[in-house]
Amino acid sequence: MQQITASGIYARRLPELGFCVIELQDVSYGYGHGSDLILSQMSLRLAKGSFHFLTGPSGAGKTTFLKLCYGELCPNAGHVRLMGQDSATMARDDLALARQRIGVVHQDCQFLDHLDVAQNIALPLYVSGREITEAERRNLTQLVNWVDLRHRATALPPELSGGERQRAALARAIIRDPDVILADEPTGNVDWDMAMRQLRLLVELNRLGKAVLVATHDLAFIRAAKKQVAARVLRIVGGKLQLAGADL
Amino acid sequence: MSFLVNIIAALIGDAASDRVVPSAGTSARLTVFASAAMAFLAVFALALSLAAGRVAARWSEDLARNSTIRIAAPMAEIEAEVATVLTVLAQTPGVVSAREVSMEEQRALLEPWFGAGMPIEFLPLPRIIDVTESPEGYDVEGLRLRLSAEAPNAILDDHETWRSALIAAAGRLRVMGYVALALIFGATVAMVTLAAQAALSANVQVIRVLRLVGARDAYIAGAFVRRFALRSLIGGGIGTFSGGVAILLFPDQASAESFVVGLGFVGAEWLWLLIIPLLIAFVAFQATKAAAFRVLRGMP
Repeated sequence: MQQITASGIYARRLPELGFCVIELQDVSYGYGHGSDLILSQMSLRLAKGSFHFLTGPSGAGKTTFLKLCYGELCPNAGHVRLMGQDSATMARDDLALARQRIGVVHQDCQFLDHLDVAQNIALPLYVSGREITEAERRNLTQLVNWVDLRHRATALPPELSGGERQRAALARAIIRDPDVILADEPTGNVDWDMAMRQLRLLVELNRLGKAVLVATHDLAFIRAAKKQVAARVLRIVGGKLQLAGADL
Repeated sequence: MSFLVNIIAALIGDAASDRVVPSAGTSARLTVFASAAMAFLAVFALALSLAAGRVAARWSEDLARNSTIRIAAPMAEIEAEVATVLTVLAQTPGVVSAREVSMEEQRALLEPWFGAGMPIEFLPLPRIIDVTESPEGYDVEGLRLRLSAEAPNAILDDHETWRSALIAAAGRLRVMGYVALALIFGATVAMVTLAAQAALSANVQVIRVLRLVGARDAYIAGAFVRRFALRSLIGGGIGTFSGGVAILLFPDQASAESFVVGLGFVGAEWLWLLIIPLLIAFVAFQATKAAAFRVLRGMP
């Protein structure tokens, strides 16, 4: 496995291991006014260097939970703090800057179909609004190679298979050396070997000090991960967040 | 100054930013067409305003320095009254010259209404004396009083009544031209806003992805603003050039003396044509910027 190194675009390091990058405090959320709450009274601190799995049945609210974590949704009650700032009251530019420090692997990947794979992976660099440095170009090439998409670098997203899309999404999430990685069902469309490769990458990034939160219903993946990293497994049950039992 | 620098920087932009937003397609092409049409109309509205201003100035200047005295006396007395009036005028300070309008000139004046060859010698026409004033003018009331005493059938007309009406009409025409210009720019704002909103709506998913990977609103808006402002500049340039050529092809002002042929630009007025495309682009810039930020504020 090739070493994925920090790009150094924003040479801001978190002050210490254990610094809380995302914090949810008594968060409740329901879609629409007066509707039932999907998530209720949830609290979680994602500290630098932590590794969490989030599991639960389909429709339990895992994706909603992740959306709260990167500020796409604001809670109905409670507080979500991104890099110490409340997401509900953050200025839009500050929210954008916070998102530059959060790498997200979306379940549906969300690519720009008019850009090729390499350009999609480099998207977080493009939106910085400045020229991409030579070091960043090297990182991009390295990353494309690592996720085994070198031969597909110039393909457009609709031409990719599910697994290739998932790998490209992971590469895009980490291209900017984020402080946190949020992954929503990253193994949903990949075979076991590729799932293990992704796991190794996530573990390695975690060892570099990044907080990782993976939402998945793949219990085998979680068990395999727990052999490699000290991960906490959280489960959403009935809208509440619980620590999973010893079976995980 | 920094405002201009910001606008120029926003127009130049960066290639990466332009790349991440897909081509706006039909709406962008329609922006070129709409901007060209608006610029073409703006050229004419501006020409109308400037021509009206020139006409008002000319009428004001010409008529202010001229007046007429009409003498409608019985045939037996008319020659004596004409001589008296000319004598009075020769003695009046502020009168540069005074001359009787000849029968031939009166015939020419009446020809448009009576046709050529009308024997006006047999008509009981009044005699007219054309008075040219000095720039300081003369004492109108004083002259009027003296004429009433010495030539009671002479009526002084200093053109004040219809000169005021003409100048007011020309002034209103000029205001109409400016109103037309304002409406044209207002319509440009509306059209560019609609086109920009259509482009933004078509790219909601792209904008959402850009926000999620950390793009700031100014970055996303910039890509759209630049695109629409540049297209408006191009369209405005084409429309202004076409309008300028059309104005040039109007009949030469020297060859005929009517208001319509006076529609055009004189001397430095042509420089206004450089400003129209820039104004159209500026209007598009602001309209797209406002539309883009309005859409972005509604997104997470």
